Amino acid sequence: MISLRRRYIRDNIMLSLIILNTIVILIPLFIIIVYVIAKGFDALSIDLFTKELGSPTRAMMGEPTGLVHTMLGTIVVDLIAVLIAIPFGVGAGVMLSEYPDHWANPVLRVLNDTLNGMPAVLKGLLAFTLVVKPMGTFSGLSGGVALAFVMFPIIARATESALMNIPWSIREAGLAIGLPRWRVILSTIIPAAKVGLVTGFLIAFARAAGEAAPLVFTSFGNNYLPIKWTGWFTGPVDTLPQRLYNLAISPYEHWHDMGWAAAIVLLAVIIASFIIARFVIRDKK
Amino acid sequence: MNNEPSNENKIRLETIDLSVFYGQNPGVKNVSLQIFDKQVTAFIGPSGCGKTTFLRALNRMHDLTRGARVTGKALIDGTDIYDPKIDPVTIRRKIGMVFQKPTPFPTMSIYDNVVAGLKLVGIKNKSLLDEVCERSLRQSALWEEVKDRLKTPGGSLSGGQQQRLSIARALAVEPEVLLMDEPTSSLDPQSTNRIEELIGELKHQVTIIIVTHNMQQASRVSDNTAFFYIGNLIEFNKTTKIFTNPDQKRTEEYITGQFG
Repeated sequence: MISLRRRYIRDNIMLSLIILNTIVILIPLFIIIVYVIAKGFDALSIDLFTKELGSPTRAMMGEPTGLVHTMLGTIVVDLIAVLIAIPFGVGAGVMLSEYPDHWANPVLRVLNDTLNGMPAVLKGLLAFTLVVKPMGTFSGLSGGVALAFVMFPIIARATESALMNIPWSIREAGLAIGLPRWRVILSTIIPAAKVGLVTGFLIAFARAAGEAAPLVFTSFGNNYLPIKWTGWFTGPVDTLPQRLYNLAISPYEHWHDMGWAAAIVLLAVIIASFIIARFVIRDKK
Repeated sequence: MNNEPSNENKIRLETIDLSVFYGQNPGVKNVSLQIFDKQVTAFIGPSGCGKTTFLRALNRMHDLTRGARVTGKALIDGTDIYDPKIDPVTIRRKIGMVFQKPTPFPTMSIYDNVVAGLKLVGIKNKSLLDEVCERSLRQSALWEEVKDRLKTPGGSLSGGQQQRLSIARALAVEPEVLLMDEPTSSLDPQSTNRIEELIGELKHQVTIIIVTHNMQQASRVSDNTAFFYIGNLIEFNKTTKIFTNPDQKRTEEYITGQFG
């Protein structure tokens, strides 16, 4: 028997180790955030949010340039992706959770896991084949489809686990008052799992919003605002992760600075969606 | 006050050689039994004897259980509920069920919980829903406690109240048969009394089958009693007969507390 005092000491040592490990893990994240803000802060301006980029010479001529077309493009492409991925992802999640005996269940599970593990570049190629080739042009729509492939498996898995958390007895109670199966799922199980579903959407969004690779062959990138509004969907569209990459590899000093500013915006969007997710969870508890 | 002799013998529900398998193991073996109209039938027996399994077979609750299989027949008014042409939803509208644990729908108010069986199949008539809500809550002896807070979440009620809410919800769709799976096992004595009173009132309108661990309860509320043991129906008879002069030795041993 170890004395009580020694057990307390051991307990404290273990706790200290755990706290130390956590801090070590958090340091790189902290460095990234501080570094990005320090490098990009000076390039943040009103122009960044109101002007388009244009050719590299535009800024050299002293004209105001910015990334408004990139921010709007990101919103368009991500919105298309969310609108496609949520219905399909939730549908797949319902199949995974509610119909364990259905023949399609194991098939879907394997396909979903494969899609989840597939490199994002391949999802871009998939969208290229499915959308860009038939349309004959790079487009915001194809970018949305590519990101939907990124979001879909995450939403499906999150939906599955959110629905599995609802006790089985609720389903039986619904059936016992003569409700059809689909009605029980739609009106009792899904509303009860709402928090988990929204959290899943936000995590999927945050993940997809940071992807550049699937967009290279799909939304392609653009230095200008589209001439007509339809250009957001049927023409090449700029997005933050891809613009960040393009600015970083460009030979222009002023574009490098702008890249750091773009990184702040992207980081803010992603961190904001995770913080919202936390609040959604906490609100409910 | 069941004086009509014609009711005494009218069979509402009948099983013929009904077995329930979990995988290869039978949970219930070849049970043939008649449930009489507008009477209370109690299923008693030790834990794991198959009484709940048998009860759940009577409104096709096993459809959702992985690997569960039912053989034999279960007839309601002569129609086999396991006929492939029969939609289980229509069966369950006739044969309602109350579970051992309260199961309020988590996101719904008290009101919405009670009328869920009507509202969610498209009945929108507000005055009808209000009427059904009040009637059902009065029947389950919950009305006086919740009438001023029908819009609050069903999950905010106490355990006993939630169970009475679940009963109200089952009654709202006016089932002809009500299956009750140990409905009072999670309740305090006062709530238990109320549920037992309710069973006494309801049996004039509804045929009731109740699974219970509590033999006093079976003798208080039921007209007929079925004794199950290791998946077999050992004895089925009038409750007074079962509790005073059972035919089977096993029944007598169980009733007198020699095992179980």
